[in-house]
Amino acid sequence: MMLPLTLFLTFAALSPLAFGGGNTILPEMQREVVGVHHWLSASDFVALYALAQAAPGPNMLVATLIGWRVAGLGGALAATFGLCLPSSFLTFAIAGLWWRFREASWRRWIQAALVPVTVGLVGAGAAVIAAGTALGLAAVLITALVALLTLTTRANPLWFLAASALAGMLGLV
Amino acid sequence: MPPPPEAPARVSSADLFLGFLGIGLSGFGGVLPWARRMVVERRRWLDAASFNDLLALCQFLPGPNVINLSVALGGRFAGWRGALAAFAGLMLAPMAIVIGLGALYTSYGDLALVQHLFRGLAAGASGLIVATAAKIAWPLRRQPAALAIAALVWLAAATFRAPLIAVLVAGTGLGLLAGWRAR
Repeated sequence: MMLPLTLFLTFAALSPLAFGGGNTILPEMQREVVGVHHWLSASDFVALYALAQAAPGPNMLVATLIGWRVAGLGGALAATFGLCLPSSFLTFAIAGLWWRFREASWRRWIQAALVPVTVGLVGAGAAVIAAGTALGLAAVLITALVALLTLTTRANPLWFLAASALAGMLGLV
Repeated sequence: MPPPPEAPARVSSADLFLGFLGIGLSGFGGVLPWARRMVVERRRWLDAASFNDLLALCQFLPGPNVINLSVALGGRFAGWRGALAAFAGLMLAPMAIVIGLGALYTSYGDLALVQHLFRGLAAGASGLIVATAAKIAWPLRRQPAALAIAALVWLAAATFRAPLIAVLVAGTGLGLLAGWRAR
């Protein structure tokens, strides 16, 4: 009974801090889930993140998976709603006001100040995840190759994930 | 291309639920392109400029962009019921699918083959997020002050594991100072 509530509150505390999308809170989520609550090991966290990337839908499904792994269906719902509700209420409330201030210089000033923070945090999320998957030279090469191909081609990234999984099955990683 | 309709589209909660159900199901590797396709090109709920404006809001506010988009769009057309319908439509199928994948992983995760599969998949997923980080950093390449702030935030969060709220407050404060003159 208490576990879903703890999950809900943990993810609800992250929600209003997720400026620039879900990946911003990845380092903090890992800190809470692995370091503070000891719900998962660092390698389990990375495995669930990878699984969430392979599914369709918003990229924050990793919260659904963590909740499900920790406390079943109730946990999945608690973590997902925790992550989505506070930011959704904020969006719902502010959407109407947005138009009125779209030309205001203070709004552009704040927006410009948030950009480097988002960039740094998404970079930190990438570092946390990549450090967890760098189990050997082959794994690092796969990570680098997928990053390079994603940046230089317009192919659907799902093909790169499928190829990575195949490389793993063939025993390369 | 035909001009966008003058009168605002009439969209019910059921339309919103079904529209976003389709987005959730098709959004492999990023939902946003599919959301734009459905909202602007196929159903014409918004014209391109209104869509960009709404998206800017959803990127500015905290939370996953496409979830914010579902709530803002649903709310605009059908109040809180519309927001709830769009959100539920977006999340329902992906949540069921990801839990199904998780159950498979739990049942078969001990097999050596599955473990190797996952090591490969995880290494590939790392590549995707590294690429995302590079993509969003690229527009800052000629802004030394912004790059320095981004690097400090990166160090604080990744290396020193500082609490997110402290990083956000300090980083945004530095950004506001750096942008003071350009204001």
